[in-house]
Amino acid sequence: MTHYSAFSLFKEALRGNKGWSRAWQDAEPKPAYDVVIIGGGGHGLATAYYLAKEHGITNVAVIEKGYIGGGNTGRNTTIVRSNYMIDGNTNFYEHSMKLWEDLSRDLNFNVMFSQRGQINLAHSPAQMDSHARRGNIMRMNGIEAHLMSREEVMKRVPILDYSENARFPIHGGLLQERAGTARHDAVAWGYARGASARGIDIIQGCEVTGYLWDHGRIVGVETTRGPIRAKKVAMAVAGHTSHMAKMAGLRLPIETHVLQAFVTEAIKPVIDCVVSFGAVHFYISQSDKGGLVLGGDLDGHNSYGQRGDMPIVEENMAAAKALVPLVSRLQLVRHWAGVMDMSMDGSPFICKAPIEGLYINGGWCYGGFKATPASGWCYAHTIAKDEPHALNARFRLDRFHRGQQIDEKGMGPTPWAH
Amino acid sequence: MLRIACPHCGDRDYVEFLYGGDAENAMPELSDTDIDRWTEFVFFRNDPKGEHAEYWQHQHGCRQWLRVVRHTVTHQVISVQPASEVDTPAQGKRVEVA
Repeated sequence: MTHYSAFSLFKEALRGNKGWSRAWQDAEPKPAYDVVIIGGGGHGLATAYYLAKEHGITNVAVIEKGYIGGGNTGRNTTIVRSNYMIDGNTNFYEHSMKLWEDLSRDLNFNVMFSQRGQINLAHSPAQMDSHARRGNIMRMNGIEAHLMSREEVMKRVPILDYSENARFPIHGGLLQERAGTARHDAVAWGYARGASARGIDIIQGCEVTGYLWDHGRIVGVETTRGPIRAKKVAMAVAGHTSHMAKMAGLRLPIETHVLQAFVTEAIKPVIDCVVSFGAVHFYISQSDKGGLVLGGDLDGHNSYGQRGDMPIVEENMAAAKALVPLVSRLQLVRHWAGVMDMSMDGSPFICKAPIEGLYINGGWCYGGFKATPASGWCYAHTIAKDEPHALNARFRLDRFHRGQQIDEKGMGPTPWAH
Repeated sequence: MLRIACPHCGDRDYVEFLYGGDAENAMPELSDTDIDRWTEFVFFRNDPKGEHAEYWQHQHGCRQWLRVVRHTVTHQVISVQPASEVDTPAQGKRVEVA
């Protein structure tokens, strides 16, 4: 594996770029491993990387039914933030943010993490109060937050509708300056490269069709490329967690729903941070290529189909037009949908399953991308030590039995409303 | 556009309907005090990849609750029935208030 540096770039430029080696090795499955991770998305690959890096466990396979990063890792709006306020979420997402801040150096792979700031807009005095409360809780937890006045928002994001006619007048916003975006493919590839360099097998085109059992314990997986035995089987298949759990006979506090996102044609820079509408569920940012990246609500009914329906397209465009009037002159060039594990309190699971030998990482709702580093980091700890780290101790399946839901939005068990 | 053939109003776009979720999640008896059964009912779902029985209310039409069987990958609607004809709304007995 070539170390990427200014020097290696210079050297390869002189040699006609003929000396680059493959970023990671496409492996063939072996009959047995210490750990098999199901799912070669950001979370699965990060788990593999941290298993090797933090715990020295390298006899690991990551098995992916399609190609790595081709699931939800490639179907999000790449927003990274840590503006959470409920115990259990706050420190976890802040840990993720700290890993993001050092990720490109750690992986020796440019994940294009851009801390361009994220603003949650407020559209009423009550919403300003609520943002002040959230900001204060964040600051008490050592996470910076800045409550912006209307004038500050106008200066920072001039393209929003500040006119008398604005449907939802902008009163201000809550800014997290360290939030931003990252490049989703680079995250998958960076982790894959780091894991592969440490001896972990990344196996593509290998779908899990069932589990191998021994006296009520899971001891491996049946795949389309034959059985693979493993001391520990860890799923990281958000979007299909219910489906994979069902194969093991488990019923989860998850419903699977479809979420759409959009990119417009590329235009000159007009918005240099991520903006979330406070009135309608909607968010917008601009990619480095110039396209506006936007998204909003779920379609609102159970779905594993990776495509959405037109009413949500209309709803998103209406929200976009209400917030950023200039979008009415733009064309959408791409539009996609991903399937989400919508958990019953809007928070994830990183824990041992109630079956020996099986581990669960899922329930990310539509906030999985930002969590990728900490999810992998905590999951690796949980798998290696057979107990959770303090950071993911609350992300357990039995929290519903114990009345310890982590309901950031206060929606209750109506997963299509989170 | 997902369309649901309402038995009372005819074939309509799904935006006229309110989604009510899983129709096969049976509610325990109201007198049941077992916390595990209530936890299962409130928080746990079958969430199948395939045919899913679910409630929809024709909010902008006849306002009746319907029991729809729909495929969660293809979104094809397989059957629509008035919920009142096929399901008891809650298995618990009505509590008489004195």
